Amino acid sequence: MKRTLRPRIVYLTKKAAYALITILIVIIFNFLLFRVMPGDPARLLIPRGHNIDPALITRMRTFYGIDKPLPTQLLTYVVQTFQLDFGYSFYYKAPVGQVIGAWLPNTLVLVGISETIAILLGFSTGAIAGWKRGKKFDVIATSFGLTAWSIPTFWLGVVLIMAFSVQLAIFPVGGVRTIEMNYANVFQQIQDVGMHLVLPVVTLTLVSFAEYLMIMRNSLVDVMTEDFVLTARAKGLSEQQVLRDHVVPNALLPSVTTIAIALGFIVGGALQTEIIFSYPGIGMLTYMAIEFRDYALLQALFFIDAVLVILANFAADIVYTYIDPRVKLQ
Amino acid sequence: MKKTTTPLLRTLSGFWTVYSANKKGVIGLALVVFFFAVAALANFAPFDPSNVDPSRTWLPPNSVNWFGTDWFGHDLFSQMILGTRVSLFVGVFATLISIVIGTMTGLLAGYYVKRLGELLERVIDFFLVIPYLPLMIVLVAVLEATEIPIPILWIVIFVIGITGWSGTARIIRSQVLTVKERQFVDRARTIGAGDVRIMIKHILPNVFPLVFANAVLTVAGSVLAEVTLDFLGLGDVTTISWGMMLHFALSNSAMYRGAWWWLLPPGVAIVILVMGFTLIGYSVEEISNPRLREKKF
Repeated sequence: MKRTLRPRIVYLTKKAAYALITILIVIIFNFLLFRVMPGDPARLLIPRGHNIDPALITRMRTFYGIDKPLPTQLLTYVVQTFQLDFGYSFYYKAPVGQVIGAWLPNTLVLVGISETIAILLGFSTGAIAGWKRGKKFDVIATSFGLTAWSIPTFWLGVVLIMAFSVQLAIFPVGGVRTIEMNYANVFQQIQDVGMHLVLPVVTLTLVSFAEYLMIMRNSLVDVMTEDFVLTARAKGLSEQQVLRDHVVPNALLPSVTTIAIALGFIVGGALQTEIIFSYPGIGMLTYMAIEFRDYALLQALFFIDAVLVILANFAADIVYTYIDPRVKLQ
Repeated sequence: MKKTTTPLLRTLSGFWTVYSANKKGVIGLALVVFFFAVAALANFAPFDPSNVDPSRTWLPPNSVNWFGTDWFGHDLFSQMILGTRVSLFVGVFATLISIVIGTMTGLLAGYYVKRLGELLERVIDFFLVIPYLPLMIVLVAVLEATEIPIPILWIVIFVIGITGWSGTARIIRSQVLTVKERQFVDRARTIGAGDVRIMIKHILPNVFPLVFANAVLTVAGSVLAEVTLDFLGLGDVTTISWGMMLHFALSNSAMYRGAWWWLLPPGVAIVILVMGFTLIGYSVEEISNPRLREKKF
């Protein structure tokens, strides 16, 4: 019996290899960033204004292996990164990996909730807009998408805070919970945390919603010009059948692949949202790292952001194999 | 010389005929022209925007200071006008860098599909996937730390430019893939034209409308990028731009003092300018890609 590998496995193996290569390139980029710059990288990683203990510089030099040849340094760096050993944060006075680990869950909560809402709403609204191309619904939806795309995310947060927190005093201005509040019971805690989440979630959802809406809408418009749509109509299928069975499945494919590009923007949006709402996630941490010139932390955060996006893309690739008949049916 | 300018003029006037029929495009163009006019006439701003008047701080809009004053006593209307110049300057120059890199990479990746193309495609994919804001943050922060004697404003322009080209490269590449299969490319090759000549003389003119549409869209992205870097405290604090106005407003708690006149105008101006560029970009794309024109049955 001739054994053939399932196409899905072949496809996903290739994608996994690309993902791994991309991660490696990010590591090499991070490595080179501090080594091609003029000056001593060990010195650069210590923020200005610190009283420099010569012993500290020596320790930094051993950690980064700066006295060794470049290829050896690179190898050490790659191994350290894969062990999630990112060095020491000068501001938080703790290993970088530990600091990020403590802040990451908050970000995942914020991004998880917002993206789930945004993808569901964005894809369905975009599908309807594309289907009703040129009609009132489409004009309103695309105008909304265009406007939301043009708004700097942090400024949207500013407007929401001014309206709903400062003027109307409905929602708290920021943070993740009321400081020094003792919760009487779990429900009170959920309510408090929930109230703090509303405005950040609304901000990030609006921005991502616009992104997904436009992706789906344009993809649908593209598919609608294909001949098979005309054929489906000529066969006498109802409009709903054409949309559901022929147009949307085909429009979903490019939409899922475009998520890769959308995600890059959404990381930026999440970062700005966290900062403006003082929400303690890795976006806020990035701001602290900039503020206090904590370069080891900053580099590690860039790496984590990149890896998260690459992994999310890989997840999208897995979804892709389930909706693309060319991979599924072979 | 005459021979080449006449068809160009004819093409341009032909383009304008089609373009002016596109409502979105005309609106976008009007918005962008307005801001360029403001930037050109910025020297006529009523006050010196860095002039401090300690007796006039935190003033809401009034007959002297149309957009009010900030907590130092700066005239915000004048800052808005001068800020227009900086935002456009950064947007346009960053875009020039992006478009040159993007077009060249796209041309080469589409033309040499074998080894070089494969490699370039990976590079394009890499820049498409990497979250652009964290990448810009790391680059700007490190470049500013190294004490390289380049003004911060140029570091910002340079970083926005070298991180924002991948979208253009991807679109140009896919267009080159189809254009180079057309007959006129074969004919040019048959009569002995080299690769470089074919790329520049035959393929580039055919992808030019796309390059232009992407350039306009890239300006929109670059303006937003500059504002965001300013917000994060990575911009040039000595230059008044819309982003810097927001940065100063936020770091002086204008939000909690309800100083909407300090926070709203820069944001609204950014939204309108970005929208203007985006509308132009979409329209040019729509005109040059017949598939996107609406079919009427």
